[in-house]
Amino acid sequence: MQRFPCPFCGPRDETEFHFAAEAGKTRPEPAGEVGAERWAEYLHLKKNPKGPTREIWVHTTCGEFFLMERNTVTHEVVGSSALGAES
Amino acid sequence: MTRRYSAFNLFREGLRGHTGWQPAWRSPDPKPAYDAVIIGGGGHGLATAYYLAKNHGMRNVAVIEKGWLGGGNTGRNTTTIRSNYFYPESVALYDFALKLYEGLGRELNYNIMFSQRGVVTVAHSEAEMEIAARIVNAMQINGTDAELLGPDAVFDKAPLLNRGPKARYPVFGGVWQGRAGVARHDAVAWGYARAADGFGVDIVQNCEVTGFIVENGRCAGVETSRGSIRAGAVGLAVAGHSGVLAAKAGFALPIQSYSLQAMVSEPVKPCLDTVVLYLGTGTYLFQSDKGEIVVGGGLDRVPSYAQRGNPPMQRTVLSGMLEMFPSFGQLKMLRQWAGNVDVVPDSSPIIGPSPLPGLFLNCGWGTGGFKSIPAGGWLMAHLIATGSHHEISRPFDLDRFATGRLVDEAAGSGIAH
Ligand SMILES: Cc1cc2nc3c(=O)[nH]c(=O)nc-3n(C[C@H](O)[C@H](O)[C@H](O)COP(=O)(O)OP(=O)(O)OC[C@H]3O[C@@H](n4cnc5c(N)ncnc54)[C@H](O)[C@@H]3O)c2cc1C
Ligand SMILES: [Zn+2]
Repeated sequence: MQRFPCPFCGPRDETEFHFAAEAGKTRPEPAGEVGAERWAEYLHLKKNPKGPTREIWVHTTCGEFFLMERNTVTHEVVGSSALGAES
Repeated sequence: MTRRYSAFNLFREGLRGHTGWQPAWRSPDPKPAYDAVIIGGGGHGLATAYYLAKNHGMRNVAVIEKGWLGGGNTGRNTTTIRSNYFYPESVALYDFALKLYEGLGRELNYNIMFSQRGVVTVAHSEAEMEIAARIVNAMQINGTDAELLGPDAVFDKAPLLNRGPKARYPVFGGVWQGRAGVARHDAVAWGYARAADGFGVDIVQNCEVTGFIVENGRCAGVETSRGSIRAGAVGLAVAGHSGVLAAKAGFALPIQSYSLQAMVSEPVKPCLDTVVLYLGTGTYLFQSDKGEIVVGGGLDRVPSYAQRGNPPMQRTVLSGMLEMFPSFGQLKMLRQWAGNVDVVPDSSPIIGPSPLPGLFLNCGWGTGGFKSIPAGGWLMAHLIATGSHHEISRPFDLDRFATGRLVDEAAGSGIAH
């Protein structure tokens, strides 16, 4: 069983967490002028990297979304931080 | 020349001490150029090569596999074959595959051990029975076989199912598809490989595709660990690695890779002759021809390329098994493993041209692409040979993410891949 670090609650069991999305996706604006292709890209396309990645997760126990840096091959977690704190 | 397998040849070789058998396929070095190159020597890639040769007369074809043939998901899955989906587009696709499976052993002259023992999807409340009736109706309207079972009929199919008063998930009935079943997964890959090789297709193992040759905005071949190979058209059928190769070709896909795990017990005497899936636990199981109980469930919840599976999901799957079959608490589990599956937001595959002209996609089968190998191969061969969609593959084009015409089977039939 792996433990994930919630920046608010500390290390907790992996079953308390849910993967939300890749980090770094920003909603295209102004929404009314965004075309179907661009929406499809924002909503569905993924880099899905093999190796180091930055992801948004939610700690379902406290309800907070946060950034986690992880390796998708080794499952090693490098760190986690509150959203907005990342550069 | 591919030697035909037959009772007579088996008998003759028996008398000669089995010294006359040939390898089932050659191991050629890659040529500098082919009419078509298929990346990925899983079931879909091998079937594509076979149908390119058989249906379209294209024989100057190579399948490039980074590891060994069938070493990906095709050799790691739990082998269930069925077409109990909701949308007409999905049933057209999966039932086409099921029909091809029904004749495949004979066609390939290879025993794929296809056993149509049926699948029962069990419902646990009045509300779930209404959903079951809806799915049965949809399947019948779509022209595939389906029957709504009451609780007694379900217990007849699987007598060891939990019918105790304390069952967390009582049996109310279920959906039955009698033509569904299981096949030997390696044999499907090996059978297609041998038959494709017989047509002159080069199957190149231990050769990793590391990049693409792009000329005038078109895919003109692949870079590999054994040199560049030019190709008139390139097909991509690498399952869990679609995202990795798409990135090398310069585009992204609506795919997230996850691990999916399965487990198998020690062999025991025959006690279950159908495939059982519980809607309540998400666990499904059947007994293999060797007597093992083969158990599977849902995806791991952690995006992953690790190909090993994590303990929480293992616990969920096994606790599901114990709820369904309390007597299986006696079983010793022998092995656990995982594959690397490619999950799409609407739980349906992607078949069609990629954003890079000349490169075609066959991916996104997620947790359910073994059952569709003959259809996936047939449809990708059609795409590569003609440059356009077969009517069955049209709805599964990448453009559905922009047009919004998703084929959402997670919502339709509750299938989560
Ligand atoms: C545990 C488990 C249970 C499952 N149960 C079922 C089931 O009961 N029924 C069902 O229908 N489906 C099931 N599936 C899903 C099914 O196994 C897959 O959808 C199907 O096998 C995909 O076939 P494929 O040919 O596309 O991919 P694969 O068989 O994975 O083949 C892809 C190949 O591409 C190769 N490759 C990757 N990158 C490169 C590269 N750069 N260069 C060259 N080669 C490369 C890989 O080595 C691999 O051999 C299950 C999967 C798992 C993991
Ligand atoms: Zn928290």
